Amino acid sequence: MIQKTAIEMAAALKAGEISSVELTQAHLDQITKVDSQVHAFLHIDTEGAISQARAIDEKRNSGVELPPLAGVPLALKDVMTQKGIPTTCGSKMLEGWRPPYDSTVVTRLKENGVVILGKTNMDEFAMGSSTENSAYGPTHNPWDLTRIPGGSGGGSSAALAAFEAPLAIGTDTGGSIRQPAAVTGTVGVKPTYGGVSRYGLVAFSSSLDQAGPCARTVLDAAYLHEAIGGYDKLDSTSINAPVPPVVAAAKDGNVKGMKIGVIKELQGDGYQPGVLKLFNESLELLAQQGAEIVEVSCKYFDYALAAYYLIAPSECSSNLARFDAMRYGMRVGSGSAEDVMNLTRQAGFGREVKRRIILGTYALSSGYYDAYYGSAQKVRTLISRDFENAFKLADVLVSPTAPTTAFKIGEKANDPIAMYLNDIATIPTNLAGIGGMSLPSGLAEEDGLPAGFQIMAPAMQDDRMYKVGSALEAALLAKWGQPILASAPKLGAK
Amino acid sequence: MALKYEDVIAKYEPVLGLEVHVELGTESKMFCGCNTVFGAAPNTQTCPVCLGLPGSLPVVNGKAIEYTIAIGLALNCSIAPFSRFARKNYFYPDMPKNFQTSQYDEPICVNGYLDVTIDTEEGPKEFRIEIERVHMEEDTGKSLHMGGATGRIHGADYSLLDYNRAGIPLVEIVTKIIPGTGKYAPEVARAYVSELRDILRGLGVSDVKMEQGSLRCDANVSLRPIGVEKLGTRSETKNVNSLRSVERAVRGEMIRHAELLNKGEKVVQETRHFHEDTGLTTPGRSKEQAEDYRYFPEPDLVPVAPTPELIEKIKKSLPEKPSVRRKKLQEAWQVPDKEMAAMINADVLDLVEATVKLGADPTRARSWWLGEIARLANEKGVAAAELPISSADVAEIVALIEKGELTDKLARQVVDGVIAGEGRPAEIIKSRGIQVVSDDSALMVAIEKAIAAQPDVAEKVKGGHLPAAGALIGAVMKETKGQADAAKVRELLLKHLGQA
Repeated sequence: MIQKTAIEMAAALKAGEISSVELTQAHLDQITKVDSQVHAFLHIDTEGAISQARAIDEKRNSGVELPPLAGVPLALKDVMTQKGIPTTCGSKMLEGWRPPYDSTVVTRLKENGVVILGKTNMDEFAMGSSTENSAYGPTHNPWDLTRIPGGSGGGSSAALAAFEAPLAIGTDTGGSIRQPAAVTGTVGVKPTYGGVSRYGLVAFSSSLDQAGPCARTVLDAAYLHEAIGGYDKLDSTSINAPVPPVVAAAKDGNVKGMKIGVIKELQGDGYQPGVLKLFNESLELLAQQGAEIVEVSCKYFDYALAAYYLIAPSECSSNLARFDAMRYGMRVGSGSAEDVMNLTRQAGFGREVKRRIILGTYALSSGYYDAYYGSAQKVRTLISRDFENAFKLADVLVSPTAPTTAFKIGEKANDPIAMYLNDIATIPTNLAGIGGMSLPSGLAEEDGLPAGFQIMAPAMQDDRMYKVGSALEAALLAKWGQPILASAPKLGAK
Repeated sequence: MALKYEDVIAKYEPVLGLEVHVELGTESKMFCGCNTVFGAAPNTQTCPVCLGLPGSLPVVNGKAIEYTIAIGLALNCSIAPFSRFARKNYFYPDMPKNFQTSQYDEPICVNGYLDVTIDTEEGPKEFRIEIERVHMEEDTGKSLHMGGATGRIHGADYSLLDYNRAGIPLVEIVTKIIPGTGKYAPEVARAYVSELRDILRGLGVSDVKMEQGSLRCDANVSLRPIGVEKLGTRSETKNVNSLRSVERAVRGEMIRHAELLNKGEKVVQETRHFHEDTGLTTPGRSKEQAEDYRYFPEPDLVPVAPTPELIEKIKKSLPEKPSVRRKKLQEAWQVPDKEMAAMINADVLDLVEATVKLGADPTRARSWWLGEIARLANEKGVAAAELPISSADVAEIVALIEKGELTDKLARQVVDGVIAGEGRPAEIIKSRGIQVVSDDSALMVAIEKAIAAQPDVAEKVKGGHLPAAGALIGAVMKETKGQADAAKVRELLLKHLGQA
């Protein structure tokens, strides 16, 4: 049962073939079996999950009509607050903190009867592309335990690939949903900025952060997207409009006559040949289904990474200022408030977080603001314009999600620039605030590891990504004869 | 020996700059739904947002925006069609997020003015104060530094933090530099804050209680030698908490600067703390080592873009200006200019108006607030409004006088009693046994006693020398502990001595 899709599980629950308690227990058993190898979870809420599941079963037995995903388990990235449940953001700074409130995403999951299994591992405060920056140790890629599962949301994607959960929540500031999806052979969607509430998402970079669905299929992701999406009055930046019809689009999957724009700047040098090959094969499959493939150019994308590494650290330097030991979380030392703040921040933050706080503090300093933060904002506008122009030529834009397949744990840990380059194809969408999806394009011929195909759509046209993603997924499934994860090694067999 | 004020203004021209912080009287905070009532138990009016808990997000209070626009319009400002919040970053324990959400280079209201009038020996004089900007921000929490001698963080054993105030909407009203006030600078500063306070009160956007900190003034003062264009170095005196203190702080700073300049020393650009007891300031943080606040646009909030319709609606709902209202009151009460100015200066206009509304005669109401009550307030070094006597108390006392149940002298005792906290007027009359002695026989006993004590005076009166009666009347009043009606005593006395 745990290898089925979330929608198949939902159908089995509805048909009474299995109870939510049984389904939840099966996933908890799988976590027990494999998580010592994968380390996808930072906290497992066995009791809470079972009691949520029991409540759903009781409701269902009493004949109440339930939402589509009711009773299906989910893994929650540890950057989202859940009342009373430890929320660490992968940092020592928040060790032991139990938030007194639910994030809006969690509120909506609960309203939808989704069972929350626990909290997943991540790079500290979502800063990283490998989950190696977690203060609680790295997550291992289920395809090869010596490799990274991507980041920052490596825990969520690894949990899906290891069948520890059929659904997960991620957050994406520069690719933290999509790149882990790509390197674990799963699906991840960053909705349009403002499409899912950020209330209760512990901020890394407020103008870039976006929560979204992670799943093993496009349709599962669509259902989760509709469950968590939509306007929230607690988030001023949330868009006051209905969620785009993503489930209908995923079910439709008809790309006939759609124009698919290949971004010239997101291929070539720096991209692994096997990844590019899979990307081109996917394009062909879409063309075979009647889509028109066009090439577009987004010339300012070359500056995206630089702009991102000014904006994100600037915002993070301010967002992370609140961790000062005065009200919650870690406290180190005694003496004056200033001493305690200094000592705590010194001890509580890891190297990458400190690096970005220092970068951001510098970039915002008087006298440097215009040259750094100001210029980066201008680049951001130019990138948005690039997208606008490209969307005049194509309905969606596509690229490989990440330049390479999963690399070895430790391989890039001491080379920040190499690490940052992982997100070169995903960052532009965050800067422009539009949606992006990653789904598996196959296994690269060099290393037999999964690669991702990225689809980008204009703001609030998220349904287009689901339509194209669903079409490609169906074509690939027909080609392979089985889902990609069926080729993954079996875990827990030691 | 301190320099004389006349010597300061003979040589230097003061330049002012005034920043007023106003706590808005909205029911909820600037960015969350928490209550804003003053004086609640510490940390009971907080939530994840105003405590800055990880993951929480601000949402702008629409009422606060409307109030700020109303203030801007009342101060003749233009309202920006598009303005943004910014983060002001600095670390302090009473700032939950370690940044204050404020407005920086894109405030909501700009370029206004306020005309103020001061009373001078040459008659009323008007000054136009130009307003640079009106912007919104959130208040910080409150720190209470325990132990240590100064109540400041340095030297304290520990600090207590109350976040009830964190996130209360604040509006900051900043003037452009104010030159040209000359020797009247202290009075102009005071008149500006007073006029501003009346406007804010009239708008109903704040309770403008300086003593509770809902209106606080920072006074920037610099001096330049008369005839010199270049501005001198300024000091910024923070949180001056009464109108009187504004005037004193400006005058005090002018003298302090002049003393330094006369000695050839430099004025340090710094913030100063004002001390109510001495009227002097002491240095705070030096601005030369000022922090870099690393302002940047608040990414958690969307820009504020009020529609022209909203601005028009607010404009239409503005109440009449305090200056217009004062004119109307002056006509209704038929008060001479000088008396009107005295009421404004003593800050009792609202109190007199309230007393009149409760039925008191305007002249009597005014004379109580400007006379006995003002005298007592002065004695205690507080404003009349801060004394524990209400317009209802005064209206009641005036009514008793009119009914002949109290004499002016007895009424003063009642006022004393109310201010001493002995209760309401009726209770004090009872407990102190205050009563007009109108019983003729009781008075006659006292009159005869007085005549017996001063027979020579009585003879003079009998002989037609009426002014001598004063001594006898005085004695009777003394005997009756002032509870007799002097006119009545006179009448009885003269009749008794055959002169009526």
